[in-house]
Amino acid sequence: MERIYLPAIFGGMIITLGHFFKKKVTFQYPEVKRPFAPVYRGMHVLKRDENGAERCTACGLCAVACPAEAITMVAAERKPGEEKLYREEKYASTYEINMLRCIFCGDCEDACPKESIFLTDRLVPSDSLRQRFVYGKDLLVEPMEASKRVDISQRQTKEVLEFKKRKELQHNRLK
Amino acid sequence: MIEYIIYKAILVVIVFCITLVAAMYSTYAERKIAGFIQDRLGPNRAGPFGILQPVADGVKMFMKEEMIPDVSNKFLFILGPSVAMFTSLMTGAIIPWGTSLTILGHQYSLQVADVNIGILYLLGITSVGVYGIMIGGWASNNKFALLGALRASSQMISYEIGMGLSIIALIMTTGTLSIGEIAAQQHGWHWNILYQPLGFLIFIICAFAETNRAPFDLPECESELIGGYHTEYSSMKLGFYLFAEYTNMFISSAILATLYFGGYNMPFLGRFVHDPNMLALLGTFFLFCKICFFIFVFMWVRWTLPRFRYDQLMNLGWKGLIPLAILNIAITGIVMWITGKI
Repeated sequence: MERIYLPAIFGGMIITLGHFFKKKVTFQYPEVKRPFAPVYRGMHVLKRDENGAERCTACGLCAVACPAEAITMVAAERKPGEEKLYREEKYASTYEINMLRCIFCGDCEDACPKESIFLTDRLVPSDSLRQRFVYGKDLLVEPMEASKRVDISQRQTKEVLEFKKRKELQHNRLK
Repeated sequence: MIEYIIYKAILVVIVFCITLVAAMYSTYAERKIAGFIQDRLGPNRAGPFGILQPVADGVKMFMKEEMIPDVSNKFLFILGPSVAMFTSLMTGAIIPWGTSLTILGHQYSLQVADVNIGILYLLGITSVGVYGIMIGGWASNNKFALLGALRASSQMISYEIGMGLSIIALIMTTGTLSIGEIAAQQHGWHWNILYQPLGFLIFIICAFAETNRAPFDLPECESELIGGYHTEYSSMKLGFYLFAEYTNMFISSAILATLYFGGYNMPFLGRFVHDPNMLALLGTFFLFCKICFFIFVFMWVRWTLPRFRYDQLMNLGWKGLIPLAILNIAITGIVMWITGKI
């Protein structure tokens, strides 16, 4: 019976016909974008607090935590009158992430005691020069305007906030 | 006389245009069906639902650079695709596209030429069709093209026998070689598929092989022969080869519908429609529905089955289909003898 192939062929044709009427998985890309997973780790953002001051205090924990050594920063002291710009007395005058070195593991985010750095669902765009992949504060710090703030609520979950409160972990004790 | 020539000329042009448009949209249907079977959407950017895709493909084909290999035989190289296209369009002449229209008291048959040896004409033209592929493949002066051409010719010769033998059984029951008469005989429910199921099966398998469609698309066989006989072709000459394949598919579907599925006949149609002109047009419409169904089957099979290996192909043709076709002839003969038709 198997030698005449036909029953198997009809079986196969039924299967392909089934697929013919199945719901398609295609996303019409430029019009419809595929949603990112809530835990997606893309381009970093340096958050400001609710008053618009940078949260980062240039403690360097993110640079230490970084397995790819992609983060470098230079710390500076806040001058009087700059309280609106920097939340802490010490801030990062330069803060650079080399996006070609970065492996988007999210360790910087875990290490940060100030809730300053987060990975977002934004993508790092392609480029033709290596130099341009070293992102400075101009690209990393989120804009001041409330409407242009980067939403990180997907990453800053309750669990993350709870985790940061666990004082038995050394990096959470540092202030 | 002059009126007759004008009427035939108009009919020829209409059939020619319909064949070309049908072949054009077969390429679109192929890509769309392939997409749907593979859980994709297929082309949908050119125009609504992508219906302008064949136009875009045609423009692309014309814009491509024309390449003729230095080592090729120039004349035969150009002759190849021309022959392929020419023969595939010629078969449309004998297909009865409908009964006949009565305009101003004159009867106009919707068949370009009701040749009394229509089936022989059909087999003759399809066997000339292989020359297009053979000439093109040989003239390319390329080993892959030559291999493709060799495969094509041996495959077509082998399957023509099975096809011819399966038609013999059909001719025994219908008693005529004229395709117009065969279509007319299948009035009502007297479709030939009911009398010749095995013959139909053999015929459709051979039709797949004759049109070089998957699972018998060994002459093209991208994975081992690059493109087979059309490896060296570019621009619209390649377009002609691809187009000839789709035209062949359309004509094969029309022949399958006409020989085995009643052609323009539809049961119970005469009960609802009484105007003969309307009836003829509806018959044509139903013929095209059947043709579309067979084109769909052609594509459906292509996107279901993998390609045969060469020895399997020959095995099936010579050891499978030909004995089966002879058996079919014998059975038909015995049944006809018992029922007293001979």
